[in-house]
Amino acid sequence: MMLEWVRQLGRSGIDFFEKLGRGHLFLVKTLAGVPEVLARPRLLIAQLLSVGVLSFMLIAISGLFVGMVLALQGYNTLVDFGAEESLGVVVALSIVRELGPVVTALLFAGRAGSALTAEIGLMKATEQLSGMEMMAVDPLHRVIAPRFLAGVISMPLLAAIFSAVGIWGGYFVGVGLLGVDEGAYWSQMQDKVDFLDDILNGVIKSAVFGVVTTWIAVFEGYDTIPTSEGVSRATTRTVVHSAFAVLGLDFVLTALMFGDS
Amino acid sequence: MAEAANPSQSDVLVRIRDLHFSRGEHMIFDGIDLDIPRGKITAIMGPSGTGKTTLLRLIGGQLYPDRGSVQVDGEEVPSLRRGELYELRKRMGMLFQSGALLTDLDVYDNVAFPLREHTALPESMIRDLVLMKLQAVGLRGARHLMPSELSGGMARRVALARAIALDPMMIMYDEPFTGQDPISMGALVQLIRLLNDALGLTSIIVSHDVQETAAISDYIYVISRGKVVGHGTPDALDKTDSEWVRQFMLGLPDGPVPFHYPAPDYREDLLQGGEAG
Ligand SMILES: Nc1ncnc2c1ncn2[C@@H]1O[C@H](COP(=O)(O)OP(=O)(O)OP(=O)(O)O)[C@@H](O)[C@H]1O
Ligand SMILES: [Mg+2]
Repeated sequence: MMLEWVRQLGRSGIDFFEKLGRGHLFLVKTLAGVPEVLARPRLLIAQLLSVGVLSFMLIAISGLFVGMVLALQGYNTLVDFGAEESLGVVVALSIVRELGPVVTALLFAGRAGSALTAEIGLMKATEQLSGMEMMAVDPLHRVIAPRFLAGVISMPLLAAIFSAVGIWGGYFVGVGLLGVDEGAYWSQMQDKVDFLDDILNGVIKSAVFGVVTTWIAVFEGYDTIPTSEGVSRATTRTVVHSAFAVLGLDFVLTALMFGDS
Repeated sequence: MAEAANPSQSDVLVRIRDLHFSRGEHMIFDGIDLDIPRGKITAIMGPSGTGKTTLLRLIGGQLYPDRGSVQVDGEEVPSLRRGELYELRKRMGMLFQSGALLTDLDVYDNVAFPLREHTALPESMIRDLVLMKLQAVGLRGARHLMPSELSGGMARRVALARAIALDPMMIMYDEPFTGQDPISMGALVQLIRLLNDALGLTSIIVSHDVQETAAISDYIYVISRGKVVGHGTPDALDKTDSEWVRQFMLGLPDGPVPFHYPAPDYREDLLQGGEAG
């Protein structure tokens, strides 16, 4: 009984590292296809449209609501200290440093990531990838690389949209509904939000999340067991693993970036 | 083996020697020797699950043998580097059992796909080529349909048009006849023969449709349980006294070729009901 349990544990351990190895090898081979994709921008643009457009509305609307909620919550706290003029700073910093990159990545994984996994998994299950290989077309270059690149490029852009819309949502609630002074909202924000420390670090975060979530999504699709059940499991795994990876990495990155200030 | 029928080296396009391949515990090929002569139609027949599709994948370099050699046009496929393998594959067409059409492209773009990937031809020339290939399979009128709108038999014919788009030196058909009605079956049989002779192709047909396959092939290999159990021209195989081959060619349920996947004794298996397994 005990022995069986240990054996099981060992097997899962080996499987885990095997998959990790496959995943890295896969990434290297995919990156080798990137120059080819850049030489054929049409492939990339098609994927940018499909990946970006898939998530655009979702992310813009979510950003709006997150900004509005932040303004409400922030106002209630700040007003006790008579500091409601700082509302703009609170909203902007929370979104640019933290919520923009993180929430965008989580939504992206749920929307575009799962769709990528399902699409690639089904292509594998229906032998389309195999068929391509036999036509001397490398699916890693033709199918995976453009999707990977599109995900990596879209993420920071989507996060920027999320942040912009969120700050605007905060303005709408703070200035429009709660009566915070308009000039103060914007000028304090301009004063206190630092380009390097806040905005650039936010962009770096979302770039890292973009690489990781897209990598997980395309790899899970490519590594699918080619059956309908396999595809459905892979899709679930994409969302779950992306969420863990994003939240875990967010902690690490935040500690590195803002830890000593 | 086959010394009498064995053509000289340069006449052999695909030469397989002592091929071993297994999937986990399950031995699929246990030492197979095959010669596919250039310019001819060679059939590989055998019961379902013997590894016919697997054999085509080994020839195409998608799987690697455990032991033995697979040579295509004088090149040792398993030891080719990636670039060399891809160059070789441009000269091989393969028709998948499922068709394997790209589902996000319509019929026209599917046939144009290899041309666009591998040539720099202008779009007008691609159009002519695509329409020619579609005409050959009788589906020129279906060019605007998406793969999801095709029947299984039509999908396979589109896949055939795509497989010949680059004018390959050889073409491998995996079960081309399944899902074809008698008319398109007849047309397909003729088409395979025509393509082979007119374009000077070498064809490998994997099938268990004995009648149709025997009617067009020049040479037949019968494999079962990881071994070549018989080979020869269709006429020779008809007169064979090998029980294996006779059973298969005549479609007899009883004989040395088992209908069942290897399994423990049936009675014992049923009686074991208590312990799940
Ligand atoms: N991906 C795989 N993993 C493990 N075993 C496999 C896999 N693909 C095929 N097999 C096994 O390999 C054997 C040969 O399969 P293959 O598809 O080559 O048979 P086939 O001769 O083409 O059969 P059919 O005529 O039904 O198409 C089967 O017994 C199958 O169980
Ligand atoms: Mg098969």
